Amino acid sequence: MRREGSAFQGLGTVILKELSDHMTSARMRVLEILVVLVAFASLYGAVDQLRDTTAEDPFLLLKLFTVARDPLPSFVGILGFLIPIIAIGLGFDAINGEHNRRTLSRILAQPIYRDALLIGKFLAGLITLGIMLLCLWLLVVGFGVLRLGVPPGTEEVARSLVFLLVALAYCGVWLALAMLLSIVFRSAATAALIALGVWLFLTLIWPMLSQALAQVISPPEIRYQLLGLPSPGTIEWQTILARLSPNQLFGECVLAILSPATRALGPIYVEQLQGAVVGSGLPLGQSLLIAWPQIVGLVAGTIVLFVAGYVAFQRQEVRA
Amino acid sequence: MSDPVITARGLTKRYRNTTVVDGIDFEVGRGEIFGLLGPNGAGKTTTILMMLGLTEVSAGEVRALGQDPVRAPLEVKRRVGYLPDSVGFYDHITAAENLNYTARLMGIGPEERPGRVMNALERVRLHDVANKRVATFSRGMRQRLGLAEILLKRAEIAILDEPTSGLDPQATREFLEMIEGLKRENVTVLLSSHLLDQVQRVCDRVALFQSGRIVLMGRVNELAQQVLGGGYLVDIDVAAPAGVDLESRLRDIPGVTAVNRFGQFRYRLAASRDVRPDAARAVVAAGGELTHLGFEEASLDAIYNRYFQNQAKGGSRDAA
Repeated sequence: MRREGSAFQGLGTVILKELSDHMTSARMRVLEILVVLVAFASLYGAVDQLRDTTAEDPFLLLKLFTVARDPLPSFVGILGFLIPIIAIGLGFDAINGEHNRRTLSRILAQPIYRDALLIGKFLAGLITLGIMLLCLWLLVVGFGVLRLGVPPGTEEVARSLVFLLVALAYCGVWLALAMLLSIVFRSAATAALIALGVWLFLTLIWPMLSQALAQVISPPEIRYQLLGLPSPGTIEWQTILARLSPNQLFGECVLAILSPATRALGPIYVEQLQGAVVGSGLPLGQSLLIAWPQIVGLVAGTIVLFVAGYVAFQRQEVRA
Repeated sequence: MSDPVITARGLTKRYRNTTVVDGIDFEVGRGEIFGLLGPNGAGKTTTILMMLGLTEVSAGEVRALGQDPVRAPLEVKRRVGYLPDSVGFYDHITAAENLNYTARLMGIGPEERPGRVMNALERVRLHDVANKRVATFSRGMRQRLGLAEILLKRAEIAILDEPTSGLDPQATREFLEMIEGLKRENVTVLLSSHLLDQVQRVCDRVALFQSGRIVLMGRVNELAQQVLGGGYLVDIDVAAPAGVDLESRLRDIPGVTAVNRFGQFRYRLAASRDVRPDAARAVVAAGGELTHLGFEEASLDAIYNRYFQNQAKGGSRDAA
């Protein structure tokens, strides 16, 4: 039997309310200031570095995103680091906050489905993050034009916009994770701690662990060891395992999209390079093809986590 | 009942192994104030949530305004207002903004919205603080704001879960007056509470819950009849012991169902009607001197206590 009415009734209202909450919350302001400050510091370093090579580089704008100067990481490096924190900050108390304020049963007693509340909260978080990313993007482009004096080309703009969408998908993964935890755990503090724990694990520990695990699963072969080379089997396993982390996927996407010279992600054999003009850039379409599995992975991760949260929320008891 | 707006037939709710609501049947007529009584955890809130479609029904059925809340939840929630147990609001926005948000969720158009919100706030006497943040509100004010939400909805049924628990006597009195105001507008009110004197004051009929079952249901004086043996209590003090056996004479008065003697000079009669004139006559006829003739209607409190006492006695007999 079909249920009556639309699952999206009230969705717009929820989105607007949540957006206005996010935009005016002290939490979001602090995070924004943090991001802008760190981003500016890294941009400043990048611009200094780039000044010397302005004339030679056809993709100056993209370099702004990716070039790093010690001790600061590159702009994308910082985004890869901060996006999860901001997304977790927006999502960790999405549902349990309503429980604890005792507003949930009151809101759900209005003529809307739970779908509208959950999807509205997710979309509002995503829109907030999108606005933040767009502002940062505009700042970077404007800063680049001002400091370097070179207008960006079409392909550069296109590539950086694709990067923006990928970053949004990356936001989605963490936002969906944070919201899932906010549904499962009744205490907001627990949800936040676990989300941050997952983030730390995936950014710091998993890269090392995946290396170790790969060596256990596929031990290095002696013939490669003698040559001082890693065995292909080990490397393959390591790549597979590392790609379970959204950070890895995001990093690879960024590499393919913002560095047009990237021809492959992961290990590549010499014979595969035959005929390639090493160092020359690929067209955007080809770069996209390289990064496509990673992009799909990020979007799929978002959907899987969101659906898990959705199912949990639909089955949850509303009473406090 | 001529026009039942809520009907439950064999309504049951089970969680894994425990049965929280165990096959209850009741009907509530239009414009009635119906009280759900019982100790905490007796299944009152679960019954309410099933009526609103906020929790699934394990067995049996419930209809609100002729609709199945499981199949047509939006329709039911559009016409039924719900004030949850210790209701919460968004603290960082004002009372009017809170109502405005729920008004949007109810689908009230933008041209009617401000008028209806202000009107609802006026009726619960919160219009002076309409633009104050809810964080500054007392518990009584929050409850009234919750009631304003039901008024805003123009609900045909108002379901109030423990609306007066934790309120001071003044706030309680005001709130009960507002509930009686709802009745005057022909709104059906379902009131859950464990504060018996309040329920007795406003409710037309009550249902007494005990571990998931309705053990008693009806008008208060009917219940008194059933449990106490009479709806009226008459206290008689005499100055000197009567010559003849006063107790048996009192028992012979038509309508008297029980006579209790306290000490030498005091009797308490339970009766199905007001037996004061007959009791006075009996005392005088027996040669006694009447010094006090007290009268009270049976309180729900007495019914409740007596019922559970009888239960306990019955229980121990069963055990023995």
